[in-house]
Amino acid sequence: MKEFIRALLVFVVLSILTGLAYPFLITRVAQLIFPRQAKGSLLTVNGKISGSALIGQKFTNPGYFHGRPSALEKAYDASNSGGSNFGPSNSKFLEEVGQRMEKVRVTNGLGVNAPVPADLVLASGSGLDPHISVDAAMVQAPRVAKARGLRESDIRDLVQKHIEGPLFGFLGQERVNVLRLNLALDDLSRHGGQSGESKQGTGG
Amino acid sequence: MAKDITYILVFLGVLMLLALPLGHYMAQVFTGRRTFMSFIIRPFESGLYRLCRVNENEEMSWKQYSLAFLLFNAVGFMVLFLLQIVQGRLPLNPMGFGSVRWDTALNTAISFVTNTNWQAYGGETTMSYLTQMVGLTVQNFVSAAVGMAVALPLIRAFTSKLRNTIGNFWVDMTRSVLYVLLPLSIILAMLLVSQGVVQTFAPSVKAQTIEGTEQVIAVGPVASQVAIKELGSNGGGFFNANSSHPFENPTPFSNFLEMLAILLIPAALPFTFGIMVKNRRQGWAIFAAMMILFLVGLGAAFWAEWQGNPILAQSGLGSSTNMEGKEVRFGIGPSVLWGQVTTVTSNGSVNAMHDSMMPLTGLVFMFNMAIGEVIFGGVGVGLIGMLMYAILAIFLAGLMIGRTPEFLGKKLEAREMIMAVIAVIAPAMASLIFAGIAVAIPTGLSSLNNPGPHGLSEILYAFFSAAGNNGSAFAGLNANTVFYNLATGFVMLVGRSATILPALAIAGSLAMKKSVPSSSATFPTASPLFTVLLIGVVLIVGALTFFPALILGPFLEHLLIFAGRTF
Repeated sequence: MKEFIRALLVFVVLSILTGLAYPFLITRVAQLIFPRQAKGSLLTVNGKISGSALIGQKFTNPGYFHGRPSALEKAYDASNSGGSNFGPSNSKFLEEVGQRMEKVRVTNGLGVNAPVPADLVLASGSGLDPHISVDAAMVQAPRVAKARGLRESDIRDLVQKHIEGPLFGFLGQERVNVLRLNLALDDLSRHGGQSGESKQGTGG
Repeated sequence: MAKDITYILVFLGVLMLLALPLGHYMAQVFTGRRTFMSFIIRPFESGLYRLCRVNENEEMSWKQYSLAFLLFNAVGFMVLFLLQIVQGRLPLNPMGFGSVRWDTALNTAISFVTNTNWQAYGGETTMSYLTQMVGLTVQNFVSAAVGMAVALPLIRAFTSKLRNTIGNFWVDMTRSVLYVLLPLSIILAMLLVSQGVVQTFAPSVKAQTIEGTEQVIAVGPVASQVAIKELGSNGGGFFNANSSHPFENPTPFSNFLEMLAILLIPAALPFTFGIMVKNRRQGWAIFAAMMILFLVGLGAAFWAEWQGNPILAQSGLGSSTNMEGKEVRFGIGPSVLWGQVTTVTSNGSVNAMHDSMMPLTGLVFMFNMAIGEVIFGGVGVGLIGMLMYAILAIFLAGLMIGRTPEFLGKKLEAREMIMAVIAVIAPAMASLIFAGIAVAIPTGLSSLNNPGPHGLSEILYAFFSAAGNNGSAFAGLNANTVFYNLATGFVMLVGRSATILPALAIAGSLAMKKSVPSSSATFPTASPLFTVLLIGVVLIVGALTFFPALILGPFLEHLLIFAGRTF
């Protein structure tokens, strides 16, 4: 009994320390030093929250770059993350990928047997991947240019400018943030084809 | 490929740079010496003992120690279970989540108390902020601390002579939290926030997307939980997608840090062991066995995953790389490395979906867990597991030379052997028996997400993960059913207690023995020969126990997929 009470006491004290004091301390300090990150790296357009720079969004309009497929029931539902969990030998999965490949080829005017960037037809683990590979962006450049009536070279330049390289040359893959790229694209259209710097503020 | 090799070399280099001093520091902490942190932490420590009526000079027998361990876990279990049931009526619940279903709550309580962090639920759709913090984060700390504490009696037993006590559970556990886990977590949590991991008590954010639809973005006190989830071999994510979620793991740098945090304490403990038993070479010999097994598995997993999916390659995918379930910011290499790191350490957090990896990659991960999480393993318990295999190895060596086996001056006799065998065999039996039951009954099969041999892999993975207290999953399996919640819950309990209790019993009996001086006939255990023997024993026990099951699951799928068969 004595030992049980001791167990209870130690548990309560450690709970207060690690379950309340610790997370509250981290929250206070985080909100002080890194307020933007702690709140979710939110992006605002005209004062309204338009999403998070870290969380992908669903794009269907041909004038925007499209992200990866999302396996979530509602694509890019940031309140319920997850992947498809399809195994590599699952025929339903392989069929689905085949259909996506066809769609990518048709919408981007590729040949019937043209290679398709893997990340553009395979779903991410989180269902919220904000990035695509550089290949996956470049494949879409002609379509985006046409839909917006802009020069393809301008679009390609814009993609080039948005490439995030690997840190120190080995940490991470070359990639493009789809939401940031599309925001810059809207900016580019507004400025009549002169590539201007993105005016969107960050905050929130 | 060259980039991946650079990555691995830098990763292991940084790991060693941190693990060596940490191992040294932990040896100071656990022998009660002053450390450079003492001037801040010591007042808290003494205050806690006074408040909780702990006499820090009191020594416990192995039975008292076990009782304290069991009572503490029982309290933790009850609190966590009840908290989930009543969370709907408690504060810090901005999303208004109701009571968690009884079987899910039961499974989750067992899961977090046993340091497994198997998650049958989706975090952001089930648990209130209060449950995540006061329930889950607390267990992340204390279950890890318990794991470290219970390794200490076994370590001390080698140097103590003719004693019937093995230490004080409360002191060992408290020191693990205060001196090791909490300071490291504070540092890591702040680094993670700087990278974009969220840390807020605000409710979900409603955003108006560029194309004009509404996106609800779940947030929360994430960084504080992710930090300890990686450091303490826990692995339970704040979000359903775990560390593949951009808010848990936003950048390649955060990814590097989190992987480092997973391996840090498990890699440092063999050095702590070496220092505490006053035989540093022994620590290195054990570390070397772990590292070699780690690298062999990593090589196999890399090879399998880089091959990619042959069926997709044929259909004209630009590259044959298997990006299903992986994030672009990490890519193939770091996703495989994470998988290897998380399955050898019984951590169980993921940055990519293991279910969608190539069959042989999955096989490596399953083997890591099935052999009992001894390749580094969970904080504390991994070292215990490896010491059990070491006892087996020394016994085998003793048989070969016809002499009573000795380990660090202590004779290993029948009692130690029986306990070591229980620790190695019981979790393996529990996982295989329950996987067998799951395959045989419709309720077990109805949870599958994938047909064919991959379905068997999903079930095997679940029970290996539960028995090894890992907690990662082939997440396609719908484990949130009464059957799986109860079955995996039971296997987790077996996995935890059948490792810790035999280890404490061995500690008790070793501490009572006198130390025999080594002679020319003593098998040198701090030697490369011992390392090789230890690796051999781990591989042979693993192969004999698990190969039949692994052949029918992942290996068969590998053969068939390269023959073009789908299911």
